[in-house]
Amino acid sequence: MFENFDLQKAIFGRLTLESIPYHEPILVVTFIVVAIGGAAVLGAITYFRLWGYLWREWFTSVDHKRIGVMYIVLGLVMLLRGFADAIMMRAQQAIAFNGNEGYLPAHHFDQIFTAHGVIMIFFVAMPLVTGLMNYVVPLQIGARDVAFPFLNNFSFWMTVSGAILVMASLFVGEFARTGWLAYPPLSNYAYSPDVGVDYYIWALQIAGVGTLLSGVNLIATIVKMRCPGMSMMKMPVFTWTALCTNVLIVAAFPVLTGVLALLSLDRYVGTNFFTNDFGGNPMMYVNLIWIWGHPEVYILVLPVFGVFSEVTATFSGKRLFGYTSMVYATVCITILSYLVWLHHFFTMGSGASVNSFFGITTMIISIPTGAKLFNWLFTMYRGRIRFELPMMWTVAFMLTFVIGGMTGVLLAVPPADFVLHNSLFLIAHFHNVIIGGVVFGCFAGIAYWFPKVTGFKLDPFWGKMSFWFWVSGFYLAFMPLYVLGLMGVTRRLRVFDDPSLQIYFVVAAFGAFLIALGIGSFLIQIVVSIKNREKLRDVTGDPWNARTLEWSTSSPPPVYNFAFTPVVYDHDAWWDMKEHGYKRPMGGFKPIHMPRNTGAGVILAGLSFITGFALIWYIWWLAVLGFVSLLATAIGHTFNYNRSFNIPTQEIVETERERTQLLQSAGA
Amino acid sequence: MKRFYIFALLPFLALLGGCNAIVLNPAGDIAIQQRDLVIISTVLMLLIIVPVMALTAWFAWHYRASNQSARYEPNWSHSTHLELIIWSAPLLIIICLGAVTWMATHMLDPWRPLNRTGPDKEVAMGAKPLNVQVVALDWKWLFIYPEQGIATVNELAAPVDRPLNFKISASSVMNAFYVPALAGMIYAMPGMQTQLHAVINKEGTYKGFSANYSGKGFSEMRFNFLAMDDAGFDKWVASVKASDAGKLGRTEYLDLERPSEAMPVKKYASVDPQLFDLIVNMCVQPGKMCMHEMAAIDAKGGLGLAGNNIVQSLEYDKYARRGDEPVVKKSYVASVCTKTAPMGMDAQAAADVTPVSSTPLVGAGLPQPGMFQSFARKPSNS
Amino acid sequence: MTAMTASTSAPEAGGVKETPVFYVADEHEHGEGGSTQLGFWLYLMSDCLIFAVLFATYGVLGGNFAAGPSPKDLFDLPLVAVNTSMLLFSSITYGFAVLEMQKNRKQGMLMWLAITMMFGAAFIGIELFEFTHMILEGATPQRSAFLSSFFTLVGTHGLHVTFGIIWMITLMVQVMKFGLNEPNKRRILCLSMFWHFLDVVWIGVFTFVYLMGVLR
Repeated sequence: MFENFDLQKAIFGRLTLESIPYHEPILVVTFIVVAIGGAAVLGAITYFRLWGYLWREWFTSVDHKRIGVMYIVLGLVMLLRGFADAIMMRAQQAIAFNGNEGYLPAHHFDQIFTAHGVIMIFFVAMPLVTGLMNYVVPLQIGARDVAFPFLNNFSFWMTVSGAILVMASLFVGEFARTGWLAYPPLSNYAYSPDVGVDYYIWALQIAGVGTLLSGVNLIATIVKMRCPGMSMMKMPVFTWTALCTNVLIVAAFPVLTGVLALLSLDRYVGTNFFTNDFGGNPMMYVNLIWIWGHPEVYILVLPVFGVFSEVTATFSGKRLFGYTSMVYATVCITILSYLVWLHHFFTMGSGASVNSFFGITTMIISIPTGAKLFNWLFTMYRGRIRFELPMMWTVAFMLTFVIGGMTGVLLAVPPADFVLHNSLFLIAHFHNVIIGGVVFGCFAGIAYWFPKVTGFKLDPFWGKMSFWFWVSGFYLAFMPLYVLGLMGVTRRLRVFDDPSLQIYFVVAAFGAFLIALGIGSFLIQIVVSIKNREKLRDVTGDPWNARTLEWSTSSPPPVYNFAFTPVVYDHDAWWDMKEHGYKRPMGGFKPIHMPRNTGAGVILAGLSFITGFALIWYIWWLAVLGFVSLLATAIGHTFNYNRSFNIPTQEIVETERERTQLLQSAGA
Repeated sequence: MKRFYIFALLPFLALLGGCNAIVLNPAGDIAIQQRDLVIISTVLMLLIIVPVMALTAWFAWHYRASNQSARYEPNWSHSTHLELIIWSAPLLIIICLGAVTWMATHMLDPWRPLNRTGPDKEVAMGAKPLNVQVVALDWKWLFIYPEQGIATVNELAAPVDRPLNFKISASSVMNAFYVPALAGMIYAMPGMQTQLHAVINKEGTYKGFSANYSGKGFSEMRFNFLAMDDAGFDKWVASVKASDAGKLGRTEYLDLERPSEAMPVKKYASVDPQLFDLIVNMCVQPGKMCMHEMAAIDAKGGLGLAGNNIVQSLEYDKYARRGDEPVVKKSYVASVCTKTAPMGMDAQAAADVTPVSSTPLVGAGLPQPGMFQSFARKPSNS
Repeated sequence: MTAMTASTSAPEAGGVKETPVFYVADEHEHGEGGSTQLGFWLYLMSDCLIFAVLFATYGVLGGNFAAGPSPKDLFDLPLVAVNTSMLLFSSITYGFAVLEMQKNRKQGMLMWLAITMMFGAAFIGIELFEFTHMILEGATPQRSAFLSSFFTLVGTHGLHVTFGIIWMITLMVQVMKFGLNEPNKRRILCLSMFWHFLDVVWIGVFTFVYLMGVLR
């Protein structure tokens, strides 16, 4: 039995020195840059002795506000990676003409477009959106934290763990070469035997656990922890969209977990779910993954619809037009998003009746979406619109998103889809709604709530630079793709034979370059704002003259959010308070019960990472060890009954007194 | 309707200027109808999109904070009339578009045999379409002409104005068969057969390719589609028959099937008449059980426990060539009795369908696949 | 929120220009875990969807025997019926454990929990026996799509029961050590939901996979 025993294989699985791509110059350079950057950051943290602070105050924090901020930081860091992939693709496609192979071999190019999609959806858009929800929802509903604070911390670290796994694939082994949804049979073992798809599976599975649990958490928070007086129809619209989004998460992510589990069984055990032989059926995968995939689109876009609602009402100085229809439109979209998945593969050859059913249900979604757009429009009507940065993003969104919506409905017409499916027209369409919707929305949200998080506004000059670069860059990058799609150019091509196409790709690459400047300006904006924070300081806690509860507390809010749980009578609760001459309570404070920080989330997520990594590389002993320790840690954590503490009255009195002084100094 | 098309084209023409947008200027009747649908839908939606964009811009400008003369009503937030309009306007558009969609989806269903080859050209009853069997291989296209008994790689030819009936499959992974000038795309999937009915109306050389990413050599999985008059097509067939590449049989196919990139055009003077059905049933390799046999056995409840013993390991392994050596050995279900003729080929002739009535939406005349087509694996002869 | 009832606020009493009360002045301490039941229920629903995916997969692929064995050749209904009764009994005994818990009887609760665990372990044992038997006959998960989906659906359920048992042991230790305190009671109720949920799923498995497989 032991004559074939290979010690190296037993210890390292299929991980060898060859797995590290030191022979690929692009990756070596990337690695050096990342290593230097990483070393600089780690060095700085060590030099300024920040490790203890970060660990105690941030990594182990169960405060929803800190976790929200960490989500957004994660999203922005991963945006840099995802965008680097985008610009590499644009560069490749701009030069690969007339027999020029470009600078990326297929092996590399195919990984890049897969990684770009996966990272942008799972590790940029999701963390940004989850971060905003995490930060804002408890404040908007007058709660002191989410329903399960520890779970919240754990969810975040699971997302990080998935992100690190994707990043690890850059320097150890490779990422999937299958496209972002990894359709079998291509993603099955027979055609993708390397570690790429395994990285894909385990990164998404680990991050998926985090997403699912944070969905459960936020639903429970919104349902159970609203302050007195806040009935469902008095919830702020952002909270409503957050509720719908999290319902979608809880109802969609298990499907992703399930289908990826089946794919991994095919790859690891040799079962026959999605194989060509032995009765397997790859079409099953395509159906299942889109049953998750289509709701996922709405998971991303619904919260930003909420952001736009808040922003439009605030900066128009007006009540939101048609609150009720806004809520019903959101709920309609939530339900309908489950009835449309097949429009992603009309070309698979389903019958005309099936195709037209799914085509028409898709179009029906545009009705509530259209209603929302009109609601924003009529909120602006007879308002006093202040064009601060969040409002600029909102108007840009309204103008851009309708184009994306229109091309989306066009693609929902099956015979039209037959000529446009998988073409660059499709690429242009979904970037149109994801950049024009989700990204613009996240920037609007960040600019809007930044003063709440930090106590000072973002620098407007660099914000406007970023805005104009992003908007013009977006149009330059994606309008040519619409045209290319109509010229019959398909997606994911590495080289081209028709030289007349080149000019469009060059323009698109230039657009991507402008977006790069937009991202750069955004980063500069943050640095400049921190530098000029005293000038940009807002002590009132309500810099925009806003309408909802989060603006009633200080900026940044105290750990306990509200010294007294608020009571509300209107969905614009804070506006209502201001109208009725609300006076801050100055005395009578009581101790506040708060959850205690814990390192268990970091440890569990770290063990998940180790288990995932071991499974990817077939290091079985480590996988078993990792899993067993994971279980043991989880069980061990349940033996900790002492999870909360009281903030003493003295501390609250102190905090509130400081704020009173600040407010007085501002008023004087 | 026709005058409408021309009107509708105007904004697009302005937008697209000089570029050769093949999707908007195709050469086949099906693609032309699909183009028209793209334009009609776009115009229908512009009816609401343009006012919305204009209103957005106007409201944003007019109600800016610095314009103190604009009306300001901070508490105005409801109007039943407006609500009615904002819900019903998109609803009306979607009702129109939905009706158009339902009709067009049925009329332009790729499974549906053609009833016309052009706006005024009905297909005569009993006229036989040209059958072409299409196989997406790693990473090239195989075209088999069953009636002509020839096969080509990466070159497709067809006579103009004659209905074409493509039967499409793949050898390993999913691809999409797409000739933009001819008609919309349809997936090519291993072990399954999809179909496309189309016609080309103008002579010329058009581009075809795979429109679904399928791996390493995908970018160069292109072919030329030659549309020629009847005489030209006959000449082309003759030239293929005269080529010296010989016969495409099972062995040659297994060889051809191995992954290769940017393969030049190849022509086979003759072809094994059963080859396409063997490919669809995934049993080109001798001794492997065909899927339709398997389906028939399964329908009767399988082979019982004895069936556990007929699994053979796959010696020839095209998969391994795409990556490193496999850890899990591939295997297959062996054929239970070695039949040289794996299936009744006479069913083939009956499958060729004659044109149906063009009356839309009655359903009876439309040979539609079942509701759950996409879940059911169809053996080719069923 | 429990504090709602404690709120002293009177929304715009009198209606005339009186400033309404905008905060809860004498907030009552509300214990942790107020949302646990809801949160756990939501988790169970998401788990239910994973089973839905597996059921759907079995529904689609369950007839693809790849010329191999079919349910009729493999399933031993009497054995599965015994197995089903194990799980059903375990649900009843869990019910008794909860009743004991409500009467604050620690020993009785522990005893019923132990009996429940025995039934659960018996269920897993029989299932493993069935699996090994099938695999030894050559009906492995790799043999056909039917077997793949069968092993995955039934195996996933079995894995859930296994984790339920691990959880039960943990909980027994915790009750022994810390007594029937609030958090432990809450956990016992969560595990109860989990356990009954698995029972319901198993009834689905038994009906759709075993009964309909053999009788069809």
